[in-house]
Formats: sequence, C-alpha cells, structure tokens
Amino acid sequence: MGNGQASGARAAVPVSSIARTVESGLRRRHAAELRLKIYGIAAIGFALLALAVLLASVAAKGYTAFQQTYIAVDVHFDREKIDPEGTGKTDDLLRGDYEGLARAAIRGAFLAVKGRRDRRALGKLLSSGAGDKLRRMVVDNPKLVGTRRRVWLLASDEIDMLNKGYAKRNPDGSATKVSRKQVTWYDALAKNGAVERHFNWGFLSSGDSREPEQAGIWGAVVGSALTMIVTLLLAFPLGVAAAIYLQEFAPKNRWTDLIEVNINNLAAVPSIVFGLLGLAVILGFFGLPRSTPLVGGIVLALMTLPTVIIAGRAALMSVPPSIREAAHAIGASPAQVVFHHVLPLAMPGVLTGAIIGMSRALGETAPLLMIGMVAFIVDVPSSFEDAATVLPVQVYIWADSPERGFEEKTAAATLVLLAFLLAMNAVAIFLRKKFERRW
Amino acid sequence: MNTSMTLLVVAVLAVIGFYLGRKRALVAADGLPARLHSLPSYYGYYVAIWCGLPTLALFAGWLILQPIIVDGLVIGALPAAQQNLPTERLGLLLNDIRNIARGEAASESTPMLLAAARHYNALTGLGHWMLAACALSLAAVGLVVARNRVAPGLRVRNAVERVLMGGLILASLLAILTTIGIVASLLFESLRFFEKVPFWEFLFGIKWSPQTALRADQVGQSGSFGAIPIFAGTAHITLIAMVVAVPVGLFSAIYLSEFANPRLRATIKPIMEVLAGIPTVVYGFFAALTVAPVIRDAGELVGLSVASESALAAGVVMGVMIIPFVSSLSDDVIMAVPQSLREGSYGLGATKAETVRNVIIPAALPGIVGAVLLAVSRAIGETMIVVMAAGLAANLTANPFEAVTTVTVQIVTLLVGDQEFDSAKTLAAFALGLVLFVFTLCLNVIALRFVRKYREKYE
Repeated sequence: MGNGQASGARAAVPVSSIARTVESGLRRRHAAELRLKIYGIAAIGFALLALAVLLASVAAKGYTAFQQTYIAVDVHFDREKIDPEGTGKTDDLLRGDYEGLARAAIRGAFLAVKGRRDRRALGKLLSSGAGDKLRRMVVDNPKLVGTRRRVWLLASDEIDMLNKGYAKRNPDGSATKVSRKQVTWYDALAKNGAVERHFNWGFLSSGDSREPEQAGIWGAVVGSALTMIVTLLLAFPLGVAAAIYLQEFAPKNRWTDLIEVNINNLAAVPSIVFGLLGLAVILGFFGLPRSTPLVGGIVLALMTLPTVIIAGRAALMSVPPSIREAAHAIGASPAQVVFHHVLPLAMPGVLTGAIIGMSRALGETAPLLMIGMVAFIVDVPSSFEDAATVLPVQVYIWADSPERGFEEKTAAATLVLLAFLLAMNAVAIFLRKKFERRW
Repeated sequence: MNTSMTLLVVAVLAVIGFYLGRKRALVAADGLPARLHSLPSYYGYYVAIWCGLPTLALFAGWLILQPIIVDGLVIGALPAAQQNLPTERLGLLLNDIRNIARGEAASESTPMLLAAARHYNALTGLGHWMLAACALSLAAVGLVVARNRVAPGLRVRNAVERVLMGGLILASLLAILTTIGIVASLLFESLRFFEKVPFWEFLFGIKWSPQTALRADQVGQSGSFGAIPIFAGTAHITLIAMVVAVPVGLFSAIYLSEFANPRLRATIKPIMEVLAGIPTVVYGFFAALTVAPVIRDAGELVGLSVASESALAAGVVMGVMIIPFVSSLSDDVIMAVPQSLREGSYGLGATKAETVRNVIIPAALPGIVGAVLLAVSRAIGETMIVVMAAGLAANLTANPFEAVTTVTVQIVTLLVGDQEFDSAKTLAAFALGLVLFVFTLCLNVIALRFVRKYREKYE
C-alpha cells in the first residue's frame, strides 16, 4: 500500500504487469504481516512468562517455610527448675526456667562436650523459643514435672537453614552462620534420626518475632481483617450512596460534573498520597491513634471509594430504564424506584466492584507505611485501636530483614496474601457469573 | 459510660422508635394502611430519624469540641511558667500529658505532668458522662416528640426521603472533601517547608541530602533539599518501565484484538490482567530478591559493575506491572475503532498488518497516547517496587546499572521511623508529595481528555 509500485503501474501499462508487480510485493507484505504477528505473540509470551516466573519464584522460595526443623531431645522435667517450691500452681509453673530445661536436654545428648563456649554453642542449636513448648506442655499437664520424655524442640534458624539446604557448607566443615562443631553435632543428630521437619503451625498461628523460626503471620492476618472491616464498613455504604446519587438523582450541572471529574481523578491519585493525607489529617488534625487498624481502614476506605463509586455507577447504569418506568407507573416515589427496584437488581455488579476494590485495598502497602503500621508488633491485635500491622506490610518488613530465614518467610507470607486475593477475586467472579443478568 | 456504649443505646432507642412509630401510625389508621399517607414503615423511619439524627449530630460536634475545651482547661490549670511556653513546646507537653493519661510511655513524667494527666482524665471522663446524659435525653425527646406527631395525614415519606437524599448528597460530597483534604494538607505542610527552604532551591537544586543534624556543630548540619536528582531518578525508572511496558502492552493488545481468535482472547486477557492484581509489595520482593541478583550476576559476567539496587531491576519489574494497564486500555481503544474503517482498508487490498499500521493505529492514536500517559502516571506514583528494589542515594546519573532514588522512595524514607515534627526533613516529604500529586493529576487530566475526545470522535 502506498509504496511506489502501484503508482508506477498507471493506465497504459498492461494488466498482467500490475498483477506481476502486486505478486512481487506480496511476499514482502506477508512477511511483514508475519512479523507483526510474531511481535504480538512474543509480547504476550513475555507477559505470561513474567507472570509465571514471578509466581514460581515466590512459590519456590516460600513453600519451605511451611515446614520447620525440629530436634528431638530427652527432656528431664526437672522439678528444681520448673517449680522449686513444689506448689504446683499454674502461676508458678508458668515462671519456670524452661529455656534452661531445653538447653540441659540438648547438652544431655552430647555429654562429651565440655567448656563454657562449646556448651553455649551447643545450646544455640535450639531456638531461643524452644522452651515455650515445654512450658505449654507442663501447664497443660502438671503431672509431667519430674518425668523424662522425648520431645521435638524447635531448632534455631541457622540449623533450619542448614537442614533445608539454604546454608552453604564450606570446605572446612563449617557452614553459613554455623560453626564447624555445630555442623558435626547437627550431623550426629541427623544420623540418629533426631532431626525432622514438621508442619509449621507456629507460622500460621503466632505473631511477628525477631527470630525467623518463631515468626508467624497470624498477627498480620488479624490486622488485615480488622483493617478490611473498617474499610468495608466505610467504603461500601458511602460508595454505593454516592453512586446512587450521581447516577440516579443528580441533576446534570456544573457541580455534578465537578464531582464526577473529581472522582475519576481521585481513582488515579498515587496511593502514597492517601497515606500523606492520613498522616496530616487523620493522625495530625483529628488525632486518632497511630498504627491502628482504625486509621488504616479509614485511609484505605478513602482510597477505594472511587473504585466502588465507579463500579456502582456502571452496575446501576446497566439496569434498563424499563424497570424504572414500570416502577414509576405503579406509583413508586423516585427513592422507592431506586431502593426497591433498581438497587437490588444492580447489587451483584455493585458487590463485584466492592470486592475488587477491597482486594486492591488488601494488597496495598504504601499508605499504611505513612501512618505507622510498620512498627514491630508481636502481639496479635484484638481491637480496632490496637497497634497492628497488615499482611503486605509484614511482607515488606520481613523482606527488609537481613536473616536468611526471613526470605522464605517473606515468600510464604506472600503466598498467603496471594491466596486471600485469589479467594476474593474468585468470589467476585462467582457472583458475576451467578447473578449477572443480560437485559 | 464510654462513647461506643452510648452510641449503642441510642441505636437501640432508634430501633424502638421505629416500631413505636409504625405501630402508632397503624393504630391511628384503625389498622388500615390505605388510610395512611405513606407506607407504615415510613412512620417508623420518621421516628427513628428524629431519635437518632440530632443525637448523632450532637455526638459529632461534642467529640470535635471536647478535646479542644479539655486541652484549654488543662493548659489553664498548668503553672504559669509552662503556660508561657512557645506553641510547639506546649504541644509537646500536651502530648506527654495525653500519653500519661492513656497509660502509655511519655518522654518525661514529673509530678506536675502526672497531676495534669489526672486532671485531663477527670475532665475527659466528666465530658463523656455529660455527653451520654445529653445524648440520651435528646434521643428520648426526639423519640417522644416525633411519635406524638405521627398522624395518618402526616407526609412522612417526603420527610424521610428528604433526609435520605441529604445523606446521598453528603456521601457524594465526600469525594470532593477528600480532594480538598489532600490539597489542603499537602499545601499547608509544603508552605511550611518552603519557609525553611526556598522554593526555587527545592525545585532546581541538584544536591539532595535531607539529613539535618541534631546538634549545631555536626558536620553537614544543614541538609540540602535540591530535588532535581530525585526527579531525574523518577524519570529514569519510569522511562525504563515504559520501554518494557509500552511495546509489550501495545503489541499484545494489537495481537489480541486483530489476530487472535475469540477463544484465545478470552483466555489470555484475564490471565494478563492478573498481573495488575498482584500487590505491588510482591513485585517489590520479586525485584529485590530475584531480578536484581540476576541482573547483577549477568552484568558481572560481561564485566559491568552493577549496583545491587540498580535502576534497571526496579524499572523492568515496574514495566511488567504496568503491561496490563497499557494492554487493556489500548485494547479498548483499538476495539472501539469502527469496523467500517477496517473493512474499507481490506477492500482496498491491504493485509491485516497494513490495516493495523495505516488505519487502526492512526485512528486509535489519541486513545493510545492517553493510555500511555495513564501508565506513566501510574509508574511515577508507584511506591513499593522502588522502595524495595531501588536505592536511597540521590545520584544524578543516566546509567541504568547504578542506584537512583525516586520521589516516592524519598517520601517513605523521610516519614517512616522516628519523626521530628516541624523539621525540614519531615516537611520535605509533603513538598515531594505535592509535586507528585500535581504532576500525576496533570497527566491524568490530559490523558482523560485525550481518551474522551477520541471517544466522541467515533460515537
């Protein structure tokens, strides 16, 4: 097209000559067509490959975090260390030196080890939280005091990394962050079948910790849930109300035009700006408490509001005018038309939009950093005004931590986050498929 | 009695009001709803609104005013020496008092502060009791008055619907309020920043080192706030992202809309949109722990020195994130090109590729430009990828293998962690936020105008 030959073959030239010219160009033109197709396929291939690599790398890094290394040792539940006065009361039992019990137990497995430094290094095979399990066992069953029992205790992060093959073994017998002697002890334990990997319940049920082997995401999951509740309670009713007004009642004038432009622009404002708004207005001006699900939820609600409004308007718009006219005809007031007839019919669409908005809010991190939800919080939050963190922020905090053990925890937390998002989107798709009506 | 308890009681009263109102209306109409002006439940709503709405208004006003009054009273009760402190110091003092009153850690606790905190708690408690008493009596009065006014001829539907409409209008004004809040807070804090650092120095200075010293004799005590390296770094990473996203997004949109059969299109499109649904913090993790090491190792293989937080890693991953924006927006505009244009082109003997190049792209160009501008605005405002994978050092460089920093990274680093109020360092974050907001807003407005104009052309 438009390149030379056609104009050269004007009028006087015989028809066969035109055909020849076209013929000669065809090969080139089809090659160009093929090229464009190949570019297109390559582009799609690149995008899909990127998605696959992203998901695969997270999954490959993260799946190991769902198992944790445990070491079996013979624990002597020494009365002297647990409850020296022999009261047997839960309060006294709680106060026992369980860490000492755990250390004594692992020393018992290597009686030949002498010397303060070596014994301390031996104790380091176990996690600093290994005693917690013993405490729980004793409090649940006080009869254990004074007995001996083989118990699987949480290994330290370094041993866990060695067991999972992340710590590199050096030629001199040591390994990353593990000394030569510790490696020998570990190998001896492993040979006796005293090292095993068990499912990591602690990861799903406990709060954050400085020690990777004890860190869990439950605190962040609860924080996310509380934050999402606030977001939902604010963004959904307000968003739907605004959508109803703008779509059904608003007169077409300068003001409603302004609101509309405004909402479209708000939807494209960078999320971090909402964080600044939260910091300056909600924390600074209204003085609500920092780092709490309440403030996080308000900020995220302001952020998701435009999404909910836009989706809500689209859903209301798709209800045909005949419904409105029929309702008017039987004497419904304008408000009754909308609330009794149009809104119920538009609800699936409205809900789908709200869920998609919520899933975006669930994955959002930046504005929450601004309002201080990045604090290190061990306790699981129990109210909207407790300091809390959320899943994506937990991912960010762990990704920043230098310990190797946190890398797999980060990836695993990401997997959990993605699972939640997947579930929400699946619900949205289900709602759409199930209730969508073609008018 | 705490505030949430009071609110709960008011809510219960409103529900009771609903039933009382409905019942009274039915009784007044001798059990024949047709004699009523409105449906019976509207009489219930009418009473409930009279019971709940004024009370809620009282609540809101009270909760805004009470802290101000209490603060004033607490300050008034302090010794004169403290009362004459400058405003900022007084604010800090008040903060300490509040923290002690809540039982949290304060920076100091002297007997004077403890006494003030006790005073504070007493006043707050008193306020809440008074609020509860006023609110409950107001609710009760509203309930009784409204119930007594209920009569079959009362036009309650109109009243209830007016309140409803007011609520709807308020909800849609919230978007405007949010914008006003954003602009006001950014402007206000930025103006305070520009009192300390000249506007032109901020916008055109080429040295960024926001560390202000704590002691006057410290080295480099006056931070310098020239934002050009940050803007350059943002542009740099955005450019890399666009180099990835625009061709990939555009070519896949062209393929999906012009060449692919509908089945393939229906499968591929949602899968590509998954890319847009993945949280940015996940991309950040991916960039920092997977892509950056790969790029560094590859660079070392060919003898290049690559920073572990290179602009390239952050930019490429950001590009991947933005692909679905470009592709689905361009897909929309390509699909919107009227079929008659395509058919005209085919009729002249053009191949599909020639039609795309000579007819569809020119026709869709404004829409595509709009899509790219929206993607640029998205890239500039993106935070987590660059926070996790790009550097902190404000280098002025064009080398994609070096670390650069962006506006969003600086906002996060300036504001996360311990903050000194009123320091130029904290306020600088708001100035950067203002620049970010204004710039992305302009991009969005221009982009939306492009898209809209284009749509009008073919509708």
